[in-house]
Amino acid sequence: MATQKTLGESLREHGVTRRGFLKFCAATASMMALPPTMTSAIAAALDKARRPSVIWLSFQECTGCTESLTRSHSPTVENLILDIISLDYHHTLQAASGDAAEEARLAAMKENWGSYLVVVDGSLPGPGSNMGYSTIAGHSNLDILKETVEGAAAVVAVGTCAAFGGLPRAYPNPTGAVAVQDIITNKPIINVSGCPPIPTVITGVLAQYLTFGTLPEMDDYKRPLAFFGQSIHDRCYRRPFYDKGLFAETFDDEGAKAGWCLYRLGCKGPSTYNACATMRWNAGTSWPVESGHPCLGCSEPDFWDAGGFYQALSVPTANATHTLAVAGVAGAVVGGVAAAVAKKQQRHAVADREPVTIEQLEQRL
Amino acid sequence: MTNPMEFLLWTKGPMFNWAIAIFALGMLARLVEIFWLGRKTNYAEARASEWGPGFRTMITRSFADAGTFKRSGFDVLVGWIWHLGFILVLFLFIPHIELIKSVFGVAWPGLPNPIIDAISAVTLVGLVAALVHRLMHPVKQHLSTFEDYLTWGVTFLVVITGYLAYHRLVNPYPIALGLHILSVEIFLIVLPFTKLTHMFTAFIARWYNGAIFGRKGVQS
Repeated sequence: MATQKTLGESLREHGVTRRGFLKFCAATASMMALPPTMTSAIAAALDKARRPSVIWLSFQECTGCTESLTRSHSPTVENLILDIISLDYHHTLQAASGDAAEEARLAAMKENWGSYLVVVDGSLPGPGSNMGYSTIAGHSNLDILKETVEGAAAVVAVGTCAAFGGLPRAYPNPTGAVAVQDIITNKPIINVSGCPPIPTVITGVLAQYLTFGTLPEMDDYKRPLAFFGQSIHDRCYRRPFYDKGLFAETFDDEGAKAGWCLYRLGCKGPSTYNACATMRWNAGTSWPVESGHPCLGCSEPDFWDAGGFYQALSVPTANATHTLAVAGVAGAVVGGVAAAVAKKQQRHAVADREPVTIEQLEQRL
Repeated sequence: MTNPMEFLLWTKGPMFNWAIAIFALGMLARLVEIFWLGRKTNYAEARASEWGPGFRTMITRSFADAGTFKRSGFDVLVGWIWHLGFILVLFLFIPHIELIKSVFGVAWPGLPNPIIDAISAVTLVGLVAALVHRLMHPVKQHLSTFEDYLTWGVTFLVVITGYLAYHRLVNPYPIALGLHILSVEIFLIVLPFTKLTHMFTAFIARWYNGAIFGRKGVQS
C-alpha cells in the first residue's frame, strides 16, 4: 500500500541522516518565512506524515515542469521528498502504459479517496473547444481532470500553463486553452506558476502541505505567498542600480558588464512575483538576471502576450507612434476645417451685416 | 478582461492607443485652429521687434511680481511646487523616459528613483493643499466650477496612482500599474477639452502678449 510508510521511515530507508533531514526542515521553515523555532515542529510533522498519494496529470505542456523538478536538484533531500511521495500516476515518469496506467490512476483514486493530491502541468482545451486537441487514452483532458479531481483533497497547478493557460493560451489560442482554475472551482487550488517553476518551490509547497495539512497562505493568483510574496524587482541584487538610475543599454555595454539594471533591456522584474532572486536555479547556482538576461515575467498570467520581451515594462504594447501620427494629422485637418469654417462665418458676417439705427432698435424694444 | 494582467495589457495596448489618438486629434485640432485664427494682419508699422519681448514675457509672466506674491503668496508658492514636481516626475522618471523614447524616439538621463519618489510625495501634498485652499477660500469656492475640480481630480489621480504603484500599495501589482496608466489615459483624453490645454497654450499666449507689446514698443 503506497501510503502505509511514514515520510521519516522512507527517508531513513533512503539513507537520509537525521542531520540532513533537520537541515531540510530548517530550509523549509526559512522558505515559508517561519521562525527557526518551527524547525522542530516541521521535523516532527514531516517525520510522522504518511506518504501522500499524488496523481500527476500532464495536458498541453512541454514537459519542462517535470524536467525542472526531476533534474535540477538531484540528488538532494528535496528530490527524495518527491521521490517518496506515492507518485501513483505520471505519464513521463511512470513505467506503466496504456490500460495499466489508467487503471493505476483509478486505483489510486479509489484507495485514497478524499485525501490524494492532484498535480497538473499544462493547460487544457476548455469547454466549447475541440477536445481532440489533447486526449489521453481516448479521453479528453477536460474529462480526465474533472474525473480525477472529484476525490482530491487539493489541486496543485504546476507551471504557468496549468496556473494561467501559459503558452497554449497565448494569442490566438488555437486550442481554446484554459487554466485549471478556470475549470475547477469546487476544490482548493494552489498555483505554482513559472515557466518552469523553481523545483524547490514545488517541493516546498508539498512539504508545507505535509507539515501542516493545510493550504499555504496565498496571493490573489492563488500562489503561495511564501514563494510569490515578493517581486523579482524588490529582491533583485541589481535593484540599487535601478534606484540610482544606472542601466545597461545593450547586452554587451559597460553597464551590462558592471551588472547594472536590465530594465531598459526589457526586464519584467517589477511586475513579476517569484522566488528566483532568492532561491535561484540549479541548486542555488544562478538565476536569469544574474546570468545577464532580463526577467521575462514567466510566472505571471499572459506573459507571452505582454509585449516584447526586450522592451521596457512601461512601453506600450501597440504601435503608439503610428497612432499618434495618424491622429495628429486627422486633428490638424479637423482644426483646419474648423478654422476655415470660422473664417468663412466671419467673412459672411461682415458681408451680410445689416446696420441698425438707434431708432430701429428703440422700435424693437 | 478576466484577470489583473489582462487589465494591465488592455491599458498598455488598445486603451493607450485610444487615449493617445483622442489626445493628438483634440490637441492638434485646437492648436491648428488657434494658430490659423490667431492674429489679424497688422498694417501698422512695427516700432520694435516681436521676438525678444515675446520670449521675455514667456519667462517674466511665469514669475509673480512682488505685488501678486504679497497678495497671493500661497497660490504662487503651492502652484509652483506642484507644477514643478509634476513636470520633474513626468520627464525624469526612467520608466516615463522609456515610454517617451518608444513613442517619440528621444530619450535623456533620468533622476535616481528615491529623488523622484520624494518629489512625488511633495507634489501630492501640494495638490492636496491647493484643493483644500480652493474649498476653504470663499472667493475661490465661489469662482470654482466643475471643470476646476475635474482637472484637479484627473491630475491628482495620475500622481497618486503612480505613487501607489511605485510603493506597491495596491495588489496585485498589475492592477496598481494598470490604474496608473489608465489615469494617465483619462488625463490625456480630458486634456484637449479642458483648461488642462494650458500645458500647451500658456507659453504661446505669453509669447503672443509679449510680441504685441514688443511690436508696439511697449514694455510688458
